[in-house]
Amino acid sequence: MAPRRFHIILEEHGLASAYEGERALVALERAQGFGQLKNMPRRLPVGCRRGGCGGCRVRVLIGDYRSDRMSRSHISAEDEAEGVVLACCIYPQSDLSLRLETPVAVKAKGERALQPV
Amino acid sequence: MAITGIMRPGFIQIRVLDMPAAVEFYTKRIGLHQVTEGPDGRVYLKSADEFDHHSVVLRRADQAGVDVAAFKCLKDSDLDHYEKRVKEYGIPVDHVKAGEQPGIGRRIGFTAPSGHRIELFAHADQSDPKPRVHNPDVWDLEPHGMEARRFDHSLLYGPDIEKTLDFFEKTLDFRCAERVDMPDGLLAIWLSCGMKAHDIAFVKHPEPGKLHHLAFELENWNAVGHAADIITRYDISVDIGPTRHGITRGQTIYFFDPSGNRCEVFAGGYTFYPDNPTRTWDETQVGKGIFYYERQLNEAFLSVVS
Repeated sequence: MAPRRFHIILEEHGLASAYEGERALVALERAQGFGQLKNMPRRLPVGCRRGGCGGCRVRVLIGDYRSDRMSRSHISAEDEAEGVVLACCIYPQSDLSLRLETPVAVKAKGERALQPV
Repeated sequence: MAITGIMRPGFIQIRVLDMPAAVEFYTKRIGLHQVTEGPDGRVYLKSADEFDHHSVVLRRADQAGVDVAAFKCLKDSDLDHYEKRVKEYGIPVDHVKAGEQPGIGRRIGFTAPSGHRIELFAHADQSDPKPRVHNPDVWDLEPHGMEARRFDHSLLYGPDIEKTLDFFEKTLDFRCAERVDMPDGLLAIWLSCGMKAHDIAFVKHPEPGKLHHLAFELENWNAVGHAADIITRYDISVDIGPTRHGITRGQTIYFFDPSGNRCEVFAGGYTFYPDNPTRTWDETQVGKGIFYYERQLNEAFLSVVS
């Protein structure tokens, strides 16, 4: 049976197709490759893709997902409770709506530390 | 000159978020073997081409990163010698009893100016699998996965790189094989305690004690290509490569373990003699120094650490 297909809305930037069992960040990277993410203030933040570096911090606005363990250096228990997660460590279980959040490591340096597209 | 004092990297202890996933990654994919699991849940790994008890220690934690980089000294009295010199430099030294890790003798430990815990030890039991020493075949147990031959070095990120260089040179007898000097100062150093182009390296970073990668040595460029096939086949998160470093000349791939710790497998690199001068890179060519074929840094090189 084909895996279930969901949509991920990245707030203000576009729509990605995501498949059940797939990391949300993988779906977003693919959408970026297809040119489906528009008006990005910066490149999609992709780091380790495995929950350790904290680059792909997002807020889940709407939708269900399951998640892997994420480094507490980047996602506190409070973050996790309110839906702030690492996109590489969540797996959509419904359509999702996401908003890019500033990585913890970048907050200290200010937004200018982020690379323009 | 024979190698004396601090000989080489002994082991690295890293933190992982998911132990079963980490063990599978380091044994089946990198090609290490599990030696044992300690009573506190730490897992001890080695390559079949290494004699010593273990070279990689995994500790389950809720944050990824590195706990300690440990170096092996030639003889026990070296530990007293370096304890005195580290203290004279003004850095406190503590002691770890023999057996705190299975198969490893007493250790001394201290914190480098970059914020990383460094340890020295002189004794390790041997463990199986290991190379044979009488009429040895090229391998006894057939290599698997990426066929890593040894844990080779680590690249660590932290502040005070100038002082870290000074400390490693004056106190621990390392030599600087290569360095990157930017207009605003020293960015990075590659340090050798033996005859490899690097045994440990540091890059300037605001946050102390961070891990950029731990590296495993492979036999040759073909093995690097085979590792790249494994990375894609098993959907391992890749950072960059296969490519080459201008610095050290290693042929390399960077990728991430299941907890987001970056790993490198590499082959080659030049022989470093203690009388070799330091090779230097500046802002104009640093891209080539780090990634020789791309000739520019990728976004992750200076920012993605665990």
